[in-house]
Formats: sequence, C-alpha cells, structure tokens
Amino acid sequence: MGHDLMGQIFQYIQSYLSSDQTPGAAGNMFWVLIYILAVFVGLSIAVIAMNWLERKILAHMQVRLGPMRVGPHGLLQPIADAIKLLLKEDIIPSEADVAIFWMAPFMVVLAAFTVFIVVPFGPTHAVTDMNIGILFMLGVSSLSVLGIVMAGWASNSHYPLIGALRSSAQMVSYEVAMGLAVVSAIVMTSLNASGTGTLSMIGIVQAQQEQGVWFIFKFFPLGLIAFFIFAVAMVAETNRAPFDLAEAESELTAGFHTEYSGFRWSLFFLAEYSAMIAVSSIAVTLWLGGWLRPFPNLLNGSTWDLIFSLFPGVTFLFLAAMCFFNVVRMPKHPFFRIQTIGLAGFGVVLGLIGLVMLVPAVRIRVQDIFWFSAKVAAFMYLYIWYRGTFPRYRFDQLMQMGWKVLLPMGLGVLILTATWPMRHELWSQVITPPWHVMLRLLRLED
Amino acid sequence: MLSGIMLIGGILVITRKNPVHSALALITVLLAQAAIYLMLYAPFVAGVQIILYAGGIMVLFLFVIMLVNIDRAAKERTFNSQWLVGIVAATALGGLFIAVYTKGNNIFPEHALSLIENDNTQKVATMLYGQYMFAFEIASLLLLVAIIGAVVMAKKRI
Repeated sequence: MGHDLMGQIFQYIQSYLSSDQTPGAAGNMFWVLIYILAVFVGLSIAVIAMNWLERKILAHMQVRLGPMRVGPHGLLQPIADAIKLLLKEDIIPSEADVAIFWMAPFMVVLAAFTVFIVVPFGPTHAVTDMNIGILFMLGVSSLSVLGIVMAGWASNSHYPLIGALRSSAQMVSYEVAMGLAVVSAIVMTSLNASGTGTLSMIGIVQAQQEQGVWFIFKFFPLGLIAFFIFAVAMVAETNRAPFDLAEAESELTAGFHTEYSGFRWSLFFLAEYSAMIAVSSIAVTLWLGGWLRPFPNLLNGSTWDLIFSLFPGVTFLFLAAMCFFNVVRMPKHPFFRIQTIGLAGFGVVLGLIGLVMLVPAVRIRVQDIFWFSAKVAAFMYLYIWYRGTFPRYRFDQLMQMGWKVLLPMGLGVLILTATWPMRHELWSQVITPPWHVMLRLLRLED
Repeated sequence: MLSGIMLIGGILVITRKNPVHSALALITVLLAQAAIYLMLYAPFVAGVQIILYAGGIMVLFLFVIMLVNIDRAAKERTFNSQWLVGIVAATALGGLFIAVYTKGNNIFPEHALSLIENDNTQKVATMLYGQYMFAFEIASLLLLVAIIGAVVMAKKRI
C-alpha cells in the first residue's frame, strides 16, 4: 500500500519530464513548485551578484578598486551587507501610519517577484505560459507604483512624500511609452502564416524563431527604434540612473525609502533589482530573441550548433581561469592567506560547474537558460554603465522627455510598424489616387 | 471567496476615516474584480483591468488624496447625520436589485461561456474594431475632450 503510493508519486513526478509544455500548462503542481523555487533562488542569487557587480564595475569605471577587504576581491561584501541590514534596528517614525508603512515594501516586493511567473527561460522553462503573458507582466509591474506611493505617504515626512510622488509620476508616464514600444513589437508577431499575433511570452520568442529574425532587426530601423524607446523607458521605470532623481542622495536624501531602515529597506532594494531584471527580460524576450542563440538562421547546421552549445561551459571555465589568475596575483603576505585560499576555492567551484556544463546531456538542457541569462546579464551591465556615465536628469526634463519625446516616437514607430508590411498597397491605392485627383482639379495634369 | 473580498473591501471603502485607507480598500476591490474576470475565462479583460484601474486610476486617486490636504476636522466628522434618507435610498436600491434578479430573467441574455480562453483577446479586438467601432471612436473622442479640458484648466493665464 505504501509502496503503491510511492510508485504513484514517482509516476506523477516523472510524467512531466517527457512533455513539451511548461509545468503550469501541464498542470503538474510538483514541478510548478520546483520551478517557482528555482526562479526564487536564482533571482536572489542574481540580486546578490548584482550588488557586488555594481559596486565593482562602478568602481573600475571610476578608476578605483571597490570593495576588496571583505572577501577576496570583495566577493563576500553582499553577504556582509545583508547581515548588517538584518541586524539593524527597525525604526518606525512616530506619526507614521503603521499599517500602510508595513504594507508598502510588501506590495513592491510582491509586484516585483510575481512577474517572474511568465518569464520564459526556454520553450518549456517558464513556470507557466499565460496567453496574456506580456499584459500580465506590464500590469503587475504597474502595481509597484502603488507600493511606492504608499511608502512615501506612510513615512509622514516631506522628503519621502515628494520623492514618492515624483517617482510614481515618472513611472506612470514612462509606462505609456513602454506600452507603445511593446505594442509595436507585438504587432510584429502577427506577421506569420495565420495572421494572428500572440501576447504570450513563449509565443513571441517562437514567432521570432519562425520569422527567422530577432525583432530588433526587423523592418530596420523600426525594430531598433522601438527597442531604443523601450530601453530608455525601462531605465526610467525602475528609477535608475540617469532617471533616479527621486532617490538620489544629494537631492532628496534617498526619497521614498528614507524612513525605512534595516530589513524593510533591503526589501525595497531587492524589489528594485528584481524589477530591473524583470523589465530586462521583457526587452530580451520581445526584441532580442529570448532563449535563441545568436544567428539561429544565418549560421545554422550541426557544427555551428555544436560550437554555440559549448558557450556555457567555456564561459564558466573562463571565469575560473580569471579567478586563478587573480590568485596568482594576490599579495604574498600571511594576512592574505585566507583570501587566497578562498579565491582559489571559488575558482575550483566555477571550474567544476564549467566542466559539468560541457557534458552533452547537460549542454542541451542548459543552453536555452544560458543564452537568456547571458542577454539579461548584458542588460544589467548596461544599467551599471548608464549609472557610471550619465548625469542625472532634472525632474522637469525627465517628464518632458517622457511625454514630449518618447511618446510621439512611440506612436510613430507603432503606426509605421503596423503599416509597413502593406506599404506598397497603401501607397498605390490610398495615397496616389487623391493626389492625382487633386492635380487634375488644379489642372496640372489631364 | 472573491466576491466576499469584494464586499468586505467595499464596506471598508466607505467606513474608513482615513482616505488613504479607503483608496487601498478600493484597490483590493479592483484586484478581486480582475480575479473574477479570470474566473469568467476573460484573461485579457483581467489584465487590462489591473493595468488601467489598479495601476493607473488608483495611482491618480492616491495622488489627489495626498496632495489635497484634508484637515483633521473634516476627516473626523462622521457621516451619520442623514440616516433616514440613507435607509430609504438603500431600501429602494435593494428592492430594485431583488426585482431584477427574480423577475427580470430576460434582461441579461445568458451566453454560454466560451471555455476556450485562448482567444479572448482576439474576440475582444474583433468586436471592438468591427461591430462597436463607432462607440470606440466616440469614447476616444471623449478622452480627447477630457485631456484638452485638463490642459486648458492647468494653463497659466497670460
């Protein structure tokens, strides 16, 4: 009896492994939970890595070294930051509205994490595939605006209030431009055989696969302009430089999260980086071909497939080689012994992961996830690069750019994208007949 | 359960003294409404409800509540002074609802729910741009009038 139950459980778990749907579509609760756990853990590791990478990359851009003390080359700095934030005193302002104060970071984190249900890491590697996937992502990320407004209000202090109102006004206005850019990409998905597009994230990447071109290069330069509008709007949406007036230290003493301390502040921080990763995944899915490897049609064939599938393992082996290179360059002082050993151990772990990824059975499964993560990582690097390069926009310049520059550009790109496939018919049947009628009326031709 | 959430949220909207709390209760009502749309196999309408209502209109509500500073006296004044008229109006409305529910079976035609939810977006688009195109254009004209009115009212007097 017990043996039969175990057999049934195994059967349930294994019945998913041979299907070609996401676990949500297949209805397999066990694998749904596994995927949710994997996404959650992966996201947390990504946020921790982003913290370290941001400080190191900004430092190297500013010709300094960044954190070097805490672990080898500062690798344990994020963990030290996390421990510090957890141990800090939790201060609530005296006149603050406690219920809303408590609920605001919760709302922002909820919105930032729920979005990852539909993010497609591969053709079956999403938690579920809603057929309104992109609409769901845009909608849930607009709920984080509410959390920010609540945070500013509940702090009962003027810097957070102004910061929150500015921040939410900025987010709402750039959501419009984002939406237009997204719609022009969705229009491109409908250029397939059956004439209907799709809003599902996996469907959008599959449309790019069928049409043989990443949407950023489609109808050149329309795809590029739409991608550019989205890339600017997504930086403004997540309140990052150069649009971070609402949380800049010199302007508003950290804006809407001024009065939050310790763990609550770290929730805002977590939500901000998760939102960055979420909108980057939207951009990757819509314009950069999701999980598709570079040049899927130009360089096809089994040898190119083999070469591109070696990329994950080779990347990790390269990172391991960099670790060992830095081990050799460590100062030969007894105080640095622990750091040297730590770095060498980290290098060994990375090397082992790289070797595991060279095994063919793992290679096939991992490469979709790898290409998607690599593209999102490129976007993260761009975010940090923007922060180190661009000066901040003043708030009225920011709003002006959102409404007066990006919105008309978005509308123009949308109209052109929608009418581009039939431009010849439009020209010959809609534009030229009235032109000839007018010329005839003015007796300029017969 | 969802309609229970909506009812409780609705009652909280009208009974809280703090207007920000009322706005948050209204947000829960709208989110529960979106979930009900999902249960009626209309995912597109649910998604649009979250984007527009909960993410757009409620943010504007909260802006206005936070920027227009209601002084404490107005906040603490109770609204129980019109209880007789309130009871009469509520009884009339309740009677109307009961009459429609029991006797008016022909007012709302019962379509079979289209259980294949994959084409909700396509169906909404086909109806909106096909059959109800005129109403769509009139609604967009209405929004244009509202925007122009807002710009005119907020302009500086020269």
